[in-house]
Amino acid sequence: MSDLIRLSAADLAAKLASGEVSSVEATQAHLDRIAAVDGAVHAFLHVNDAALESAADVDRRRAAGEELGPLAGVPIAIKDVLVTTGMPSTSGSRILEGWIPPYDATPVRKVREAGMVPLGKTNMDEFAMGSSTEHSAYGPTHNPWDLERIPGGSGGGSAAAVAAFEAPLALGSDTGGSIRQPAHVTGTVGTKPTYGGVSRYGSIALASSLDQVGPVSRTVLDAALLHDVIAGHDPHDQTSIPDPWPSMAEAVRNADVSGLRIGVVKELDSDGFQSGVRQRFHEALELLAANGAEIVEVGAPNFEYAIAAYYLILPAEASSNLAKFDSVRFGLRVVPEGGGTVEEVMAATREAGFGPEVKRRIILGTYALSAGYYDAYYGSAQKVRTLVQQDFASAFDRVDVLATPTAPTTAFRLGEKLDDPLAMYLNDVATIPANLAGVPGISVPAGLAPEDGLPVGVQFLAPAREDARLYNVGGALEHLLVDRWGGPILSQAPDLSTHELMATEEGVV
Amino acid sequence: MSEISAEQVAHLANLARIALTEEEIEHLTTELGQIMQAVEQVSEVATSDVAATSHPIPLHNPLREDVPSDVLTVDQVLSGAPEHDGTRFVVSAILGEEQ
Amino acid sequence: MARAALMDYDEALERFEPVIGLEVHVELNTATKMFSPAPNPANEAYHGAEPNTLVAPVDMGLPGALPVVNATAIRSSISLGLALGCSIAPSSRFARKNYFYPDLGKNYQISQYDEPIAFEGSVEVELEDGRTFQVAIERAHMEEDAGKLTHIGATGRIHGAEYSLVDYNRAGVPLVEIVTKPIVGAEADAPAVARAYVATIRDIVLSLGISEARMERGNLRCDANVSLRPRGTEKFGTRTETKNVNSMRSVERAVRHEIQRQAAILAEGGTITQETRHWHEDTGTTSPGRPKSDADDYRYFPEPDLLPVEPDPAVIEELRAALPEPPAARRRRLKAEWGFTDLDFQGVANAGLVNEVAATIEAGASPAAARKWWTGELTRIANAQGTDAAALAEPAQVAELAMLVEEGTLTDRLARQVLEGVIAGEGTPREIVDARGLAVVSDDGALVAAIDEALAAQPDVLAKIRDGKVQAAGAVIGAVMKAMQGKADAARVRELVLERAGSEG
Repeated sequence: MSDLIRLSAADLAAKLASGEVSSVEATQAHLDRIAAVDGAVHAFLHVNDAALESAADVDRRRAAGEELGPLAGVPIAIKDVLVTTGMPSTSGSRILEGWIPPYDATPVRKVREAGMVPLGKTNMDEFAMGSSTEHSAYGPTHNPWDLERIPGGSGGGSAAAVAAFEAPLALGSDTGGSIRQPAHVTGTVGTKPTYGGVSRYGSIALASSLDQVGPVSRTVLDAALLHDVIAGHDPHDQTSIPDPWPSMAEAVRNADVSGLRIGVVKELDSDGFQSGVRQRFHEALELLAANGAEIVEVGAPNFEYAIAAYYLILPAEASSNLAKFDSVRFGLRVVPEGGGTVEEVMAATREAGFGPEVKRRIILGTYALSAGYYDAYYGSAQKVRTLVQQDFASAFDRVDVLATPTAPTTAFRLGEKLDDPLAMYLNDVATIPANLAGVPGISVPAGLAPEDGLPVGVQFLAPAREDARLYNVGGALEHLLVDRWGGPILSQAPDLSTHELMATEEGVV
Repeated sequence: MSEISAEQVAHLANLARIALTEEEIEHLTTELGQIMQAVEQVSEVATSDVAATSHPIPLHNPLREDVPSDVLTVDQVLSGAPEHDGTRFVVSAILGEEQ
Repeated sequence: MARAALMDYDEALERFEPVIGLEVHVELNTATKMFSPAPNPANEAYHGAEPNTLVAPVDMGLPGALPVVNATAIRSSISLGLALGCSIAPSSRFARKNYFYPDLGKNYQISQYDEPIAFEGSVEVELEDGRTFQVAIERAHMEEDAGKLTHIGATGRIHGAEYSLVDYNRAGVPLVEIVTKPIVGAEADAPAVARAYVATIRDIVLSLGISEARMERGNLRCDANVSLRPRGTEKFGTRTETKNVNSMRSVERAVRHEIQRQAAILAEGGTITQETRHWHEDTGTTSPGRPKSDADDYRYFPEPDLLPVEPDPAVIEELRAALPEPPAARRRRLKAEWGFTDLDFQGVANAGLVNEVAATIEAGASPAAARKWWTGELTRIANAQGTDAAALAEPAQVAELAMLVEEGTLTDRLARQVLEGVIAGEGTPREIVDARGLAVVSDDGALVAAIDEALAAQPDVLAKIRDGKVQAAGAVIGAVMKAMQGKADAARVRELVLERAGSEG
């Protein structure tokens, strides 16, 4: 395995800037890694055949003395929820199989403009509905820590790609935890920015008022560097925040928790969480306290209603957002036997093109919005949203950031919860409140659960627009833990070389 | 309120334009009942004195200036079409009328 | 399709009271669409574009695309709301109206539902005979238009089509839908009120310059709701909504037809089905469309991709200050300023020539002359050519023509020749006078010579004039005018004839 793929994005960028390594070399190393292990991991749905060309272009520009951004030449994986010219964009669904969009999503455009090299598109639960990537129409992604386990979801592909050293960085999207929960189960870092911090233009919408695009990485600094690339106002997204952002990378570099007030949400520190998850969470808090942070217990009484509100708002918005997949302008068309009216063709296409979880949520959302039920369901859920915001507001009156375990358990086994949607939904209990309130959240590795040796994450939440606080506390904790561990957590992950062998033999790549 | 019938699910499937099979309808009827029972608790706290939030971050953004841009070429417009005639999309006969 | 039985109109009115409601959709002529920066085909500059050439990602519902509100469309909507006497909501919202239809790229329409931008207004409309009627406005809200379907098959209609073609150029065109409150009390005038209302909306949007307002192009579309209630009852009857009414005249005819059709059904003891009906211009009838049913569940919810519309109060006041005079008030003012009789003014107003006459007077013509040229010769020629008088000549040209007549350079007959030249595009009236040599001969010497010659040729006439039979001079005047090829002022010729005849003695 080439050392290039083990480098953090920041270190790789330094080598690229100094000319020690070319982008073509770095890109090739990652393409080789993908070829070697992705048959086993299945993080990618599509590998970019123009990657080396893009890399060569950056190398040429660098050689010509052009001023390039801090991540220029660094490869990146892109969640398939983001539309990309030149690469299929399916959002993990059969209904969009092979569709090549005529435009780039804004975060993708920014990444390209920063000279970064798209490696390909990563696997996800269909239309980002799920917590395990098992709902992908193209087969599940496997957790690099244990291939029999889920990599989290919906952005399991992006997290697994980064954890398996197939990419130093990835883009994800987070509607109820789809960046943070995969980070938690794969020992990686993921940030959901403040709603409106990163443009949603070109992100295939799941729930418009909850979706947010964000960075996926192995280190907090890498996430911050990518965050700085993709953040900022976009006139194509009316919900995009117009104000300028401070540098997140600076926040990491200057990380210091002395005097920082950290609130522990007592409702999310309960018996419902796996013991190893709680243990690592509390150790992390103790470490931060030992370094000057003040730990305070806070209550958030309405968080218990968050999942219920989320599973009304999300399906409602999704049922409308997914109406565009109708066989007329793009994507799949299925004609019933013997032909049919356009209505019948639409219905047959949607029946064949959507997986069971997508149908379940569309029907649920249609119900929640239908006449006579709106007030009781969607209307009430929007009120709960107000209450959750109020809980955050009163907590942030007392503390600078909040801390929770990112998810209740470590990675569960593939198939374990597939037939129990309610159990699956409970996975998002700690991550959902941030989406409902629009506040930013980060998950950083907190260690391995003693009982199963699987990664555990700690989540920090900050007030809206205070994303930099996440990078401050996340960067500080990472620094302290890496010191304690004697190296990054992923160095403890199993070597996938045996799988390289398996993949090569099976010819899966 | 969470009592959901198979007829209701069939009606919802029609509204959502999904040709669900009988088996799917049956399955979803049970699941939907369970899920709705779990999420109904929102009404416990959603009292009339609580305002609804539809936008997580209150914003006041400038509107778009009225200047043309972003126009796709006809080739781009039709590039993903299951069927087209060179300038327009082709769909099978329409049963219902426009609304 | 069986032709519906109709009750005699007067009898229908005797037995039932009509209640109407009008929904007018105005396509705004902004440069770009309501939610996308694609060019707007309802703007003259992009009219007639090839299919699917005015499409941005959001117009065809491309995955990931997002709507962004057009600032000019908001300003136009506020202006229109103010011109309708409405209050402007400090905060209004867009919602999604969810239904599947192939002309709707996203399979939902972004529209304002429970929070329109403008509400509670009133407009004064004037009937052809000059009576006025106050129409209360319920609301005016913004929404987007759908794409265009072309049905291919034997009939060209939706029924029996083999397949359909979809063009998304029109998808996303900004619309303002203006909804009246139920119009009660118009009685037998209900059809005329409907027509006058649509004409007033047209005048308003034209004076604001916010729409091309051409009904034949669909810039202005009217849906007419009609219901009847038996005399002496309070409760509104079941209404029908007639769509596809695309001319002023059709609005009037469609309402009248529905009153007669519904009256016939009710008189037979039948019931009216709440439904959409389609207007057929050729037969002057309506036919049933889709019934309104409980299955219409549009699942409205606030559009999460858009922020509430919260116009700056200062902008609203700025737009209010810039409002043109309301059409009815303007007509009253002009009628007084011009000193027209009711009949004269209605002649101008009903011909749709108020703006042309006003501009002609502005350019220097007398009100009487301006009216005479526009409602007389120009209308006659326009009718003969099957066009609008307004399309034939510019007000400035007509004013110049009228002034040439007033200063005596042209006679009416000569002026008509000059007008032909103007219509033919030969130049300004004065240029045409010069080029064609059409000016009146005002040189008495030339006239006197011609008169003397005519008198010499008709000694009997000369004798009669000298005998005091002055009316005999007509024959000489005719001969002189003929000799001068009409380029003489007949009154002056008459004076000179009498003078020369007298001086002979």
